Amino acid sequence: MKYINHESVASNTRTRLVKNTVLKGLFLAATLFGLIVLGILLYRVITQGSGYLSLDFFTSFASRIPEQAGIKSAILGSIYLMLVVAPVSMFLGIGTALYLEEYAKKNKWTEFIRINISNLAGVPSVVFGLLGLTIFVRYFGLGISILAAGLTMSLLILPVIIVASQEAVRAVPKEMREASYAMGATKWQTILRVVLPASIPGILTGSILALSRAIGETAPLVVIGIPTILMFTPDSVFSTFTALPMQIFDWTKRPQVEFHEVAAAGIIVLMTLLIIMNSIAVFIRNKYQKRY
Amino acid sequence: MKSFKYLATTTILGSALFLAACGDDSANGSNEDSGTGEELEGQVRGDGSSTVAPIMEAIVEEYGGAQPGVQVSSGVSGTGGGFEKFIAGETDFSNASRPIKEEEASALEEAGIDYTEVELGFDGLSVVVSKENDFIDHLTVEELKKMWVEDGTEKTWADIREGWPDEPIEYYSPGTDSGTYDYFNEVILEEEDIVRSATLSEDDNVLVQGVLGSPNAIGYFGYAYYLENKDTLKVVPIDNGDGPVEPSNETIESGEYAPLSRPMFTYVSNASISENEAAADFMTFAIENAGDLAEAVGYVRAPQEIYDEDLEAIESLK
Repeated sequence: MKYINHESVASNTRTRLVKNTVLKGLFLAATLFGLIVLGILLYRVITQGSGYLSLDFFTSFASRIPEQAGIKSAILGSIYLMLVVAPVSMFLGIGTALYLEEYAKKNKWTEFIRINISNLAGVPSVVFGLLGLTIFVRYFGLGISILAAGLTMSLLILPVIIVASQEAVRAVPKEMREASYAMGATKWQTILRVVLPASIPGILTGSILALSRAIGETAPLVVIGIPTILMFTPDSVFSTFTALPMQIFDWTKRPQVEFHEVAAAGIIVLMTLLIIMNSIAVFIRNKYQKRY
Repeated sequence: MKSFKYLATTTILGSALFLAACGDDSANGSNEDSGTGEELEGQVRGDGSSTVAPIMEAIVEEYGGAQPGVQVSSGVSGTGGGFEKFIAGETDFSNASRPIKEEEASALEEAGIDYTEVELGFDGLSVVVSKENDFIDHLTVEELKKMWVEDGTEKTWADIREGWPDEPIEYYSPGTDSGTYDYFNEVILEEEDIVRSATLSEDDNVLVQGVLGSPNAIGYFGYAYYLENKDTLKVVPIDNGDGPVEPSNETIESGEYAPLSRPMFTYVSNASISENEAAADFMTFAIENAGDLAEAVGYVRAPQEIYDEDLEAIESLK
């Protein structure tokens, strides 16, 4: 008796190999599709915009003359925006995650909150814009200021930070916490000295990725009604401002082709900023991440 | 452990320093005596039409050179969106590519906001087709209306005028929040529904691309967009009873290009002019320079008398 039916193996080998090759090709095509589109996009943006990239582009305000147009107010506005968004969203996000994971009792109510936070991450950004307009701009009377826009953006990325931080906190092994309690540490001491140091790389990675979403997001700013025509730099969080994506959005709507090229230059700056932020996230993850 | 502490300290210190630096120093234009050439400080806020935006941008840019201490900002939410903010009292001026509507005026009255209408220049709404379209030579106002009003049928060019091809018309129109749409709605559609098959977009470049894409397409938008694309687009002369007229600087300013030549406005709050010296100074500057800057960005200047009248109106409010 033969254990292997050589005839049937021989007759099936071909089809199995073909299937393997076809699927490999299919998956390769799937990978390449995204890469090629990205490549075309990058190529177009760089060929269009690189001619306008110079030091002057960063140091001059927007202008009706494309050659003189710059992103001074936009880039400073974006930086100010981040200075509001980063502390607010990280404090609220990490705080919520710690409460839900460490303090809250595991009951239906906590589970309900947790599910809702996950759902919140899927709410379109326009909706957050409307929320910001109603609550921060009009009800709190903050006006169209950096603070109002920053708080809106913080709400937008809060769910992402909470979920990422929860994952990171949950990944800290129970034994480490129990060891800490066994030494007589309080809950807060345990969180500060055991849980947070172990989970901070994960928390930071999630937070930075969320922040880079906030810096590129346009829809909430459009809804709040951030101006695009302004020739000054913000002097406090109560200042009116414009942000990089708004400025780019405005330029692409102009009739002149030159402004589309200026917009491409703005896109290059925004993308560079995003790549830098994402690289920092990757660096932190690789350098500090521990496996248990 | 160490790195965590370092990170935590920098974050906390950084945000504390930042917040400390951001004291409440919202500047207000409160100078005691007014005189020309004086350095002013203050904030002026505006919003409104994207058609008026290029002129406003030029004015704000030039004003920044004259009065660097005044922070002028203007958004581009569309004429309707701009008025919404103006009514809410969030802006000092509101740019509009059509006269204010009755309901907007009554909402302003309810909110207790008095305003002054300032004319900045003229625009000629340009009806365009692709250069590949070789049969169209002009359109009468009646034909335009027949073409754009929804009547339940799918219209072809042959339905509009005999001898034109039996091909369905493709329509491209600015979105309903734009003053351009409102103006077209008023003078051509006369408040009847626009054809349902029309592609509406707030982005005029989308309209340009759409019209370029087919010899059977037709669209309309501001004169500046036509000027920028005149190598690829064909403008349709409009016959209002006195023979076909093509939009040009002369025909728009003289009003010969009727009924599609329209004034562009900014509506300014009277209270802002009388209470905010910076706003008054900015408006004066805007009116004095609107003509030149309108031409610089592809629009048409208004007659000098109109600017003089506007200036007087602002002066009387100061």
